[in-house]
Parts: sequence; C-alpha cells; structure tokens
Amino acid sequence: MSEGANTVISLKNIIKRFYIGTPNELQILNGITLDVHEGEFVSIVGQSGSGKSTLMNLIGLLDRPTEGEYHIDGLDTASASDNDLSYIRNQQIGFVFQTYNLVPKTDALKNVELPMLYAGVSRKERTQRALELLELVDMGDRTKHLPEELSGGQKQRVAIARAMANDPAIILADEPTGALDSKTGRAVMDLFHKLNKEQGKTILLITHSNELAEETDRIITIKDGYITGERKGSGCVPTPSETVSESEVTEA
Amino acid sequence: MNMFWENVRLALTSLRTNKSRTFLTMLGIIIGIAAVIAIKTVGNSLSLSVSDSMQSMGANNITVYLNSKEADKDETEDGYVFGTVTNDRALTKDDLFNDEMIMGMFRQFSDSIAAISTQAEVETTTVKKGTNSKSLSISGVSLGYFTANSLEFVSGGFFSADEAKDGRNVIIVGTDFVDSLYGGNYAGIIGETVSMPLYNKNMDFVVVGVYKYQASIYTMNSSSSAYIPLKAAQSITHFDRYTTFSVVSKVGVDSDELAVSIKDYLNGFYRNSNRLEVETYNMASMISGMNDMMGKITTAVSVIAGIALLVGGIGVMNIMLVSITERTREIGTRKALGATNGYIRMQFIIEAVVICIIGGTIGILTGLLMGAIGAKILGFAAAPSVSSIVGSLAFSMFIGIFFGYYPANKAAKMNPIDALRYE
Ligand SMILES: Nc1ncnc2c1ncn2[C@@H]1O[C@H](COP(=O)(O)OP(=O)(O)OP(=O)(O)O)[C@@H](O)[C@H]1O
Ligand SMILES: [Mg+2]
Repeated sequence: MSEGANTVISLKNIIKRFYIGTPNELQILNGITLDVHEGEFVSIVGQSGSGKSTLMNLIGLLDRPTEGEYHIDGLDTASASDNDLSYIRNQQIGFVFQTYNLVPKTDALKNVELPMLYAGVSRKERTQRALELLELVDMGDRTKHLPEELSGGQKQRVAIARAMANDPAIILADEPTGALDSKTGRAVMDLFHKLNKEQGKTILLITHSNELAEETDRIITIKDGYITGERKGSGCVPTPSETVSESEVTEA
Repeated sequence: MNMFWENVRLALTSLRTNKSRTFLTMLGIIIGIAAVIAIKTVGNSLSLSVSDSMQSMGANNITVYLNSKEADKDETEDGYVFGTVTNDRALTKDDLFNDEMIMGMFRQFSDSIAAISTQAEVETTTVKKGTNSKSLSISGVSLGYFTANSLEFVSGGFFSADEAKDGRNVIIVGTDFVDSLYGGNYAGIIGETVSMPLYNKNMDFVVVGVYKYQASIYTMNSSSSAYIPLKAAQSITHFDRYTTFSVVSKVGVDSDELAVSIKDYLNGFYRNSNRLEVETYNMASMISGMNDMMGKITTAVSVIAGIALLVGGIGVMNIMLVSITERTREIGTRKALGATNGYIRMQFIIEAVVICIIGGTIGILTGLLMGAIGAKILGFAAAPSVSSIVGSLAFSMFIGIFFGYYPANKAAKMNPIDALRYE
C-alpha cells in the first residue's frame, strides 16, 4: 500500500497508560503500529472509548506515548523537546477539532492568522494568506465575525482554514463533522477531499460515520486500544452525494 | 516585536471583555500609585516653593532675633502675651540690639560675614497723585539689606554709600507703585520727588530706584514696599534699636556654624537678662528641617502605598490565575497551533503588565490631581515630580512582571492535551 510514497507518520508498538491515582492504571492503547504515507486520506473508526482520540492526540504531538516509537517525517519524537514539538505542530500539523476550538473574542481572520503569528510571519503576509484561506473555505464574507457570531458549520470551516494556515503536510481531524448536520458535514468532507486531491495533504480523520469513512483511502478500526481491522475505501465521494444522509451516526 | 504588539492587543481585548473585574483588580495599584504621586507632588511643590523663597531671602541669610526666655512668663503688666519680641512696651529701648552690639559682632566674625542687613519699619502711609492713591509701607534699610534680599531693578538702583551714610531722603519703590500712580513709566520716575506724610509730617523723597515687584504668598497686603536709608528712617522715628537683623554669610561659610557663633556672642550681652535671649534661624536649617519632615511623611505614605501595591499585586496575580483557568482550553488550542511555552508565558505576563500599567497610569493621573489640590490648599504652585511619575510607571511594570510571572508560568507549563480537554 505504500506505493513508493514517503511514510510521514510511523507508529511502532505505541502504548498509552493513564495514571489516575494508584493503584489504578488504565492502559488505553495496547501497542499500536501504524504507517501513514504522504498524500493518504485515512479514516479511523471504532466504538466510543476505544482510544481513537487518545491515538490522534499522540499523533498530533499534544501528548507523549508511555511506550513505543513515533517518527514524524523521519524525526524521532522521543528525543524532541517541548519547543521542537511546538514547532512541528505549528509547521507540519493542522488540527480540526469536533468542538472547533476557535479562540474566543478573536475574529475569524485573527483566528486563521494565529498559526502564522506563531511562525513569525509578517502581519501583512498573514492577513493576506488568511483572507485567501477564508475565501477557499467559502467564508470570505465572514472574516470580521467573532466565533460566537458564527454557526457550527461556519466555525468548522474557519477552523479548517486555520489548520491550513502554515500549509502543513498533515491534517488531523477528530470527528470534524460530529457536531454538524449531515448537509454541513458533507460540505466539510468535500473540503477535505479537495485538500487531499488538489493539495496532496495527508489527512487522518476520526469519524463515527461509516459512509464518510468509506470515502477515504484506508479505514482503520480500533477496538479496546488495538487496531482490529484495516481495509481500503473508495477514496472518493460517492455520486450523487445526496445518498449520504440520515444514516449518519453522529453524536455531540 | 510582531508578537509583542499582538499580545498587547490581545491583553486589551481580554481586559475590555472583563471591564469591571479588571478595574477592581487595578484598584490596589491605583490607590498605591496615586498615594505616592500625590505626596511626591505636594513634597515637590513644597521644596520648589521653599527654594523660590530661598532665592528671594538668600540661602546664606541668618536671621537674628530676640526671644523671650520663658514662654509662660511672657506677660506684660497689661496682659500682652508675646513670643518673639516686637513692640513690647514693657521692654525698655536699652534691651534691644543696638548698632554697637551689631558692629562688635561684625568685627568678631568679619571673616565669615558678607553683609549685615538691619531694617527699621517706619510706617505705612498713603501717597496721593491726582485722584489716585497708593499705600506705601516704608522701611529704612542698611545697604546690607540689598545683599540679603535680592531685588531686581528695572530702573535706577540702590542708594549710594553717601546717601546711606548721610541718611538722605531718597527712596526705592516697586513697579506696582509706579504702575498705580505713574502709568508704569519706570524710567521717568527716577529723580522725581514723591511726597507723603510720615509721623504726621509731610516729607519729600527723591526716587533713586524701581525694583520689580513680585507677587508671592508673603505679600498679601495691598501696600507696596518702599525703602529709604536706615539713617533717614531713624531720624524720623528717633529709634535706633532693633529687635531683629540679618547676617549674610560669605560663600563657603557654614551658615549653621556661624549662626551658633553669632548667637553665643550676642547672648553675652543678655547673660544677665532674665527676660530675653538671642535666637537665630537660617534658611539652610529651615529647609533641612522641612525636608526632614517631608521625608518622614513620604516614608509613612510610602509604607501605606507599598501595602496597597502589595495587595494590588496579589490581586493581579489572583485575577490572572482566574483568567488562566477560564482560558485553559484557549491555552490548549494555542499550544496545538504551535505556541511555545515561552510564547504563552509572554502572553500572560504582558497581560498582567498591561493591567498594572493601565492601573498605574490611572493612579498617576489621580495622584497628580490629588497632589495639585493638596498643593493648592497649602498655597503652593503644584509641581509634579517627573522622576516619581517615571518611577511609578516602571514600578507598575515591575509589579506586573513579578505578580504575573507565576500565573503565566503556570499557563506556559500546561500540558497541551490536558488544557484542551479541560472542562
Ligand atoms: N487524561 C485521561 N485520563 C484518564 N483516562 C483517560 C484520559 N484520556 C482518555 N482517557 C480514557 O481513555 C479511553 C479512550 O478515550 P478516547 O477519548 O481516546 O476515546 P475515543 O475512542 O475517542 O471515544 P469517542 O469516540 O467517544 O471520542 C476512555 O475510556 C477515557 O476514559
Ligand atoms: Mg474521541
């Protein structure tokens, strides 16, 4: 399945335990081994509580594994400092959260500018690129709106624009359509397909919708902290797109 | 720089969304800084006005005067109570300073004395010219008077030595007098004769000088001061004794020391007097006394202000901790987007500093207002102390950094995923 493409994410025997006071010790990930290649669109499915988000957070360098090896773009993350990790998150990873996580009291434009601010991009350049990105996600007419003045779908589109700010190679999306109705969710999915096909972004998507998962290149199933299944998907949006609708298993 | 201003903007936004909370937090700092600025403004006004009068009186002046020995026994037969001897009828003329004593003293300390200023009040009289009149308060002064009291002449000058020695009828008037009666013709009045009644006799004086009148807190009455030679005054009043006179010390002489020597010397004449003793005061010691007092008040106010600032700083720390807890998810988001720990730390330190500097600025303005009012009540021109303003701003900034560091560091050290998952 590598098709000669570079491996951008490489997990080897990843174990994650949480210590919530002795003697309790929860092992959530029980040795995950996974390779993701450049330009791949991978979906992760599994029951609630199976450890999908925990895995995604490790991949996104928001957390460190208890055991195991994780290389991102060939770099061993175990030896990276906190500042190194910040830099990688800033440059190579774009996050899209189920709850959007736009910075409050900060308008759409400034939100999209944030990753560029941390990257040290000049103000002028920042604003210009942020406007372009908002245009790309069809939010060009809402640039000065505060998060509280936007609908869920609009917020998610701003969040996607923000994830794209520093042109990262990898986009990590944890149930990005989870809080959206099916039509809005569809639009968000179309956007991911576009980014994957046109810009060659590597995308990891957690979803509870089997239909959406089917659209991706590869579907990985997680159960109780193990990868229990892996299969190919169609990798494209089914036509007509109206067929995806009520069967979605979204939850807030 | 990019990030710095972005952080300032961010801090202002977050403060604006919590206006009343922010203001209450600032109160401690506002009160502390305002107290310091107010007291410094009053102190500064005071010392400026003192150094003003120093210039008019002269820093090297020593005033010598007679004081009654025991305050509670100072009652004349007719019940007149006095502290400093002035016009005490019960005292005989012989009890007061005379020229001999003063000359003896001068000879003793001639190495240290630049001039001696003796003065005899004649009386306040009225000069009429046409329909206008102006009241003139006439004093006879020795030539030393002009050394002790720097008068600025707009035309003419002092009496000549001969005029002083012979006690001729010459007079120095103020510009206010010329303005009232001579239409401000300062040059034209020189050589003119001015007539006035003194001791029920009409007398003529030739104007030799016009000095520049300066309104000050010491000149509250509307009569203009005019000076005639001491000898001339004495021949009018038939009185050649003094209750007080001034000594101007030479440059480089310690006035305090000289004052003590003069006092000791002159007290020799009063050794057998059970009523009078010689006292002196000089500007230098008055100023240092005043500065001592101001210093004590400033210290006391500073301690109170320090406590207010400490409480204010703790308030800032507290509000920053609250703010950071409220914004935990935001911090997590920022970290996910690539903010380093250092950036998060800087963001919150800047926020704390912005709170403190705004508080400090409000405090400075409040303090200046209070200080100006205080100075006005005390009767001085308000003079804000620039160093204390700059110092207060710097100190506000320091408080922000000091009390903002701990909360900011707490935010910086948050684990990104824990912050993001915080509910
Ligand atoms: N910080 C933590 N401390 C303790 N337990 C945790 C922590 N984070 C996650 N867990 C536990 O790990 C398990 C997996 O959580 P995770 O969020 O990865 O599930 P998920 O597969 O994403 O579920 P969902 O589909 O509902 O989002 C859960 O049982 C959860 O209680
Ligand atoms: Mg999850």
